Amino acid sequence: MRRKSSWLSVVAAAALSGAVYISAAQVEGQEPLQSIGPGEGFVDIVAWPGYIERGETDPAFDWVTDFEADNPNCKVRVKTAGTSDEMVALMNEGGFDLVTASGDASLRLIAGRRVQEINIDLVPSWDKIDPRLHNAPWHTVGGKHFGVPYQWGSNVLMYNTEVFPEPPTSWEVVFETMTLPDGESNKGRVQAFDGPIYIADAALYLKYKNPELGIEDPYALDEDQYQAVLTLLREQRKIVPRYWHDPFIQIDDFTNEGVAASSAWPFQVNLLRDAGEPIESVLPVEGATGWSDTTMMHSEAPHPNCAYKWLEHSINPKLQGDLAAWFGSVPVRLDACKGNELLGDEGCEINGLGNFEKTEFWKTPVADCGGGRTCVPYYRWVTDWIAILGGR
Amino acid sequence: MTVPDVIVAASPVPPRRPSPAQRVSTALYRRPQLLLLLLLALPLLWLGVVYLGSLSALLVQSFFYLDGFTGLVVRSFTLRTYGDLFTQANLDIITRTTVMAGTVTVSAAILGFPIAYYMARYASGRTKALLYLAVMLPLWSSYLVRVYSWKLILAKEGIFSWFLDQLHLTWLLDAVLATPVIGGTSLSVSYIGTYLVFVYIWLPYMILPIEAAIERVPASMIEASADLGARPGQTFRKVILPLVFPGVVAGSIFTFSLTLGDYIIPRIIGSSRMFIGQAVFAHQGTAGNIPLAAALSVVPILIMVVYLTIAKRLRAFDAF
Repeated sequence: MRRKSSWLSVVAAAALSGAVYISAAQVEGQEPLQSIGPGEGFVDIVAWPGYIERGETDPAFDWVTDFEADNPNCKVRVKTAGTSDEMVALMNEGGFDLVTASGDASLRLIAGRRVQEINIDLVPSWDKIDPRLHNAPWHTVGGKHFGVPYQWGSNVLMYNTEVFPEPPTSWEVVFETMTLPDGESNKGRVQAFDGPIYIADAALYLKYKNPELGIEDPYALDEDQYQAVLTLLREQRKIVPRYWHDPFIQIDDFTNEGVAASSAWPFQVNLLRDAGEPIESVLPVEGATGWSDTTMMHSEAPHPNCAYKWLEHSINPKLQGDLAAWFGSVPVRLDACKGNELLGDEGCEINGLGNFEKTEFWKTPVADCGGGRTCVPYYRWVTDWIAILGGR
Repeated sequence: MTVPDVIVAASPVPPRRPSPAQRVSTALYRRPQLLLLLLLALPLLWLGVVYLGSLSALLVQSFFYLDGFTGLVVRSFTLRTYGDLFTQANLDIITRTTVMAGTVTVSAAILGFPIAYYMARYASGRTKALLYLAVMLPLWSSYLVRVYSWKLILAKEGIFSWFLDQLHLTWLLDAVLATPVIGGTSLSVSYIGTYLVFVYIWLPYMILPIEAAIERVPASMIEASADLGARPGQTFRKVILPLVFPGVVAGSIFTFSLTLGDYIIPRIIGSSRMFIGQAVFAHQGTAGNIPLAAALSVVPILIMVVYLTIAKRLRAFDAF
């Protein structure tokens, strides 16, 4: 009995590891599509929750129905993913056409050859995109575009106005142990984002506070800079009771848990403000990190024609404005900011359009960070982040 | 299967050609081995390919390693990924998870035993049905909804602290939360909170097997023990407990392994310090460190092997 089962597992292991090799070999270089043919029936998209709405949550927010009406051969199927990790895992599995990847996942998808180059000639509205995003380093590698920008936003400093009668000006209120304006310590009353990418937030703060470290890009840290950042984060661990990753948990923590300040998305700020809570947000002097999402196409997309049609649809001004209103983000084309009923004429400003220049957008840290420097790659960010959360 | 022969014997007409179904049936009857193989093929395929296959794919991955420079998995045999398990941060995670699983299991057994005993020995009819319902009811609602509602209950400005405030017992809560390591600024961001929710969520899995085991203890044995002069405490220790012990172990396997593998509760309630499941999830995604994720997921398997070996030594499986 024992011999038999071990024999079986050896065979299965051999078969499975063989399969892994084959799929790795298949994703080698590929030419992008040169012209769009007829639709293949479906387009499968991995997206953040709330990113692709067909009016089921709120009938006013619907940008799928009109796409399907114009392209009856392309029914949209959405798989939502709650974290960048989940998105990468789903793309590794395959079977999807598109993914709305944030900057911390996009370079990893490109390096892992999970996504293919986009032929921008097949996306007629490409030129309408905010030119600052055309060659953004989180989707452009070696002059090739691996996706179409979708939406962006900044990680703002959210604070309780009863604790801060005057807006805080620096991220120090969440990084250093100090007494807040209401006379009590910030220990146990501040939060930080729960993700290895938050290491960049600490690096951004040090870049301003400690110029002699010579931090240029918070996503490209050499060993010394990296260690200084980790030291700061270990100190921060002592005043942070819990790190947030789910916006709704953070909303709850600001209402029920007495949290006074934290990094947050405009999404939470809008919801809390609308609910009448004493919450505001500010972009501190150090600037902020931010996310800029890109719709990328799988290297083995089963429905490339429909995918290209969606890419073009994804940047039409109506969709861009509606989505910005729904998600609290900023459109990638500026003409979407005007004349959108749901967003309102002030919508883009409220969601942080003016913050672009002060925002360091998420990208995956890689070892080869250019200029002959060697930087600490992302997998070490993960290991060290886990250690910091555990108090090491 | 022998029906055709009977017909042949009873009727003078020449034998009918057996139908295809009958021939298949006869063939299978003559080759019991083939019948067995056909019946078992599907479950064996499931067990062999899907179950053991995925498990061994996991094992194989854990012997690869991640090249730090390219960020790609190098597919050659190495033990260095297992070496990474012995960093202080990972040892912390393993200890934290195991201690939590052990504490939750012991607490669930202590809480669950009296309830199960009452259900099996004293409750009857309507009361028993109601008790069953009370134990099972939480299992019918969404796990996530229950965890999130506990977050509200345990929050600093939540129901529980409000209740203590009404009783003027806030000082007691503060004293408990001031305990180093397990304390925190509020119950929902401390290990105590994580522990309470774990016990709540897994308690039914402890009560039900214990209840079933107590049901199987014949009442006559307890009476006989009393007749022979044993005090109730002695009867409990010498008769009931040994007979019910396999049930407790069965329940503890559920609570222990479920706590060991859970990664949702500690993410919602607690101080953000990671448990094994969360660490596996963090390594496999954007980081692409599948080998380390695989090596970490081998840890609970090993812990369970040790656990089951101890349970077997305690003769916990003898009753099954």
